[in-house]
Amino acid sequence: MALFGVDDTVLAVLAPFAAALFAPSAVRAFKHNAAWLLAIVPALVFLHFFRYVGAVSQGETFVEGFAWVPAYGVNFTFYLDGLAVLFALIISGIGTLIILYAGGYMKGHPQQGRFLSFLFLFMGSMLGVVTGSNLITMFIFWELTSITSFLLIGFDHLRAASRRAAMQALVVTGGGGLALLAGFLMIIHATGVNEMGDVIASGDTLRESALYLPILIMVLLGAFTKSAQFPFHFWLPNAMEAPTPVSAYLHSATMVKAGVYLLMRLNPVLGDTAWWMTLLPLFGGVTLLVGTLLAVRQTDLKLMLAYTTVASLGLLVMLTGAGSEVAIEGAVLYLFAHALFKGALFMVAGLVDHETGTRDLMRLGGLRKAMPITFLCAVLAALSMGGLPPFIGFIAKEVLYEGTWTLAARPQLLTAVAVIGNALMLAAAFAVAFKPFLGQPTKTPKHAHEGPVLMWLGPLVLALCGLGAAIGIGWSGPALLGPMAGAVAGAPVAGDYHLVPAHIGAPFYLSLATVGTGLVIFWQLDAVRRLIASVLKAIGWGPDRGFDQFISLIVRFAGAFTAIVQPGKMQIYMNTVFVVVAAALLVPMFAFDEAPSMPAMPDFRFYEWLVLALVVIGIIAVLAARTRLIAIVSLGIQGFAVAVIYMLFGAPDLSFTQFMVETLSVVILALVMTRLNLTAKDSRPFRETISHMIIAIAGGIGFGALLLAVTEVPFDSRLSDFFTANSRVVAHGRNIVNVIIVDFRGLDTLGEISVVMVTGLAILALIRIRARGSKAPEDPPRGGSLKPVSEPHPEVAS
Amino acid sequence: MNTIIFRTIAPFLTALMILFSIFVLLRGHNEPGGGFIGGLIAASAFAIYGIACGVRPVRRAIHFHPMTLSAFGLLLACLSGLPSFFTHVAFLKAHWIYPEIFGVDLALSTVMVFDIGVYFVVLGSITSIALALEEREND
Repeated sequence: MALFGVDDTVLAVLAPFAAALFAPSAVRAFKHNAAWLLAIVPALVFLHFFRYVGAVSQGETFVEGFAWVPAYGVNFTFYLDGLAVLFALIISGIGTLIILYAGGYMKGHPQQGRFLSFLFLFMGSMLGVVTGSNLITMFIFWELTSITSFLLIGFDHLRAASRRAAMQALVVTGGGGLALLAGFLMIIHATGVNEMGDVIASGDTLRESALYLPILIMVLLGAFTKSAQFPFHFWLPNAMEAPTPVSAYLHSATMVKAGVYLLMRLNPVLGDTAWWMTLLPLFGGVTLLVGTLLAVRQTDLKLMLAYTTVASLGLLVMLTGAGSEVAIEGAVLYLFAHALFKGALFMVAGLVDHETGTRDLMRLGGLRKAMPITFLCAVLAALSMGGLPPFIGFIAKEVLYEGTWTLAARPQLLTAVAVIGNALMLAAAFAVAFKPFLGQPTKTPKHAHEGPVLMWLGPLVLALCGLGAAIGIGWSGPALLGPMAGAVAGAPVAGDYHLVPAHIGAPFYLSLATVGTGLVIFWQLDAVRRLIASVLKAIGWGPDRGFDQFISLIVRFAGAFTAIVQPGKMQIYMNTVFVVVAAALLVPMFAFDEAPSMPAMPDFRFYEWLVLALVVIGIIAVLAARTRLIAIVSLGIQGFAVAVIYMLFGAPDLSFTQFMVETLSVVILALVMTRLNLTAKDSRPFRETISHMIIAIAGGIGFGALLLAVTEVPFDSRLSDFFTANSRVVAHGRNIVNVIIVDFRGLDTLGEISVVMVTGLAILALIRIRARGSKAPEDPPRGGSLKPVSEPHPEVAS
Repeated sequence: MNTIIFRTIAPFLTALMILFSIFVLLRGHNEPGGGFIGGLIAASAFAIYGIACGVRPVRRAIHFHPMTLSAFGLLLACLSGLPSFFTHVAFLKAHWIYPEIFGVDLALSTVMVFDIGVYFVVLGSITSIALALEEREND
């Protein structure tokens, strides 16, 4: 479509990355008020995606971008439909508010610029995930969200808990990302296309493919780890170590929904099978129940919200896999509502924490007078989360109950799970929204007062959006939510929802039951909390501890494995290398009968024989040498003789180089010898000498036979003819060898000299380690019996 | 090895070898030679100087850390590929100019810049290894 320039969406996705570049400078210039300036970027991105709402709600889709690596079908393309646009609006809209909020929350923090920079990096990555069309491009953005999440969780990197949580999140979501890559590659293989729009349009290809089950498992692994489904849910509560803006943005409103996004996105081509409709409701339902039960158990505001987020994600996965269009509509409505109310509640929790110095429910109370605006935000958001009218959460709950109630298979079971989950979530919402604000004021670490405008603006706007979207459902339904549900279901959805139920049916009674149960639980919250705590104590093991055990198992395995393959003795390495080389050369030669035939006696001139004799004399001298130094110098004789052979047979460049290399090797070997304080004489026991001799002879025969075999193959002179013909004419050089090195194969040389330099650096580092070796601590690194590199080995120079 | 004869002639030998290495480097395109061999010769020169007179005088003479020379060479080699970016041909494709300086036609090319880069990489890497090995703990 020409109206929207091809590059607009690309720019919109890349804009946050550009903002990330400038955020630190902006903060340096304007302190925390830079947030007002920086928030313009996501606001513009929001406006950009908002322009698509009209067209997308008519069922149009857009693909924008450009070819990236066309040879491999990798394109930097973006696909916009109802699903992508609503997600992009959520990310950029909430992103705008979060940038403002972070400006207030991190006010005066020395690394505020870096923090905002990370947030922008994440924002761009997340936009790339939800709008990415090319599967590989989307995967790259997917991994970028994992990495930026790692950076943000571990932002306070001086605390061990932050570091552990960051690492855990990276391992879990990054591991899932790898599974997802495998899934994507299989999808590309099975469908033959790699653009999202084409994949969605591929119909039953994937469902009928022999790879369906592997693809499904890989995609689910990616989605479940990212969206914190049981049993991978543990990383999300731990991620609450991050500053609160991160929890509000990444770990409730956007990033954790990437997995749900993926499932929704692929629902038209992967869904509607027995596996899909079994696995998704199973894991989603279990996650919902586990999440809500653990949420009610917490007393920390953020942890409570984190577990309800886990539960909400479970609910979304369950609804996505339930296999009915109405259930999907419920999922879409709930996803939208959740982004609004959970983002707001997290920001409220951060506000309370920021202004009072604690977020422990037991120590908070009576804040309504001191923080009236915060209280208002909390109540508005909690009512939406509790599914009460007139909020978007209410409409979502009505639709999702209708979806579960009218399912073809297992309607009672899924409905019951949904009702219990929602009731517990209502209790948790009320606990977060009312406990800290009602009752008698308590003494808090800081004197409580209302937060700055930067901080209450975000939650207030989000909470009001939850109200506005419900009241204006006549617009938001058909314009935003219907198109998204249609994209997920794979068929147009009208998006005709009502704030006042059209008829009093099952969903309404289920809502009443939910609210009633929820209020009872809220009333008896302390008793419920004690009960769950005692049950958990009886179990005594959880996936979080399982993760630690898993990691320590890997470390132990790696340690044991390293101890075998890296024993730290030069002699063993050299033996292994040469035995393998000799075997690789000799075994195939005789196994496949490819040994070269004995060449005829060559017709040499006397001086050529003389040089050959010099080579042999050199080797004999090496073997007969009494001291190491003499052996090294004798090896030099042999090398020079070889250089002379090159010269005789018309390879002056090669000969020249060989002379220099031989000279330098003798010098460097002699230096190494003195450096390592080796004994002058070789003191290997006889048995070792024999075994080394056998290995050496085998290697030598192997190389000799290989060279003979190569020369016996008819020589293909096309390349040398080309170089001879073109060296002078095209490359203006008479020295063909040099022309090849610097011109024809210049790129190869560039790689080679890079290797030369890196090798030089590595050797320099090794020598330096040795120089300081005496001061290094004696104990080997944890998890293995690695010997210090600096340990001198007499074999180095032999 | 610290004989007085060796110590006396080493600086001259080094200077001669460096000169020779540059000669070899520049003639490389048409006669046997080139950046790699030239770099090796120069590295041997510094190694000899170091053995004869100690590492400190060598480091003083080079002024830069040898690894810096190596990195400079790599940078030079990469930069020699950039003109092709502006003329829209493949990376590292050769460009030649023939300016007339003092009445002599001089053939200059990006290939030569590339070869000089190779020279510095080899010179820097080998020299830094050799010097590090020659260095004594108490030096």
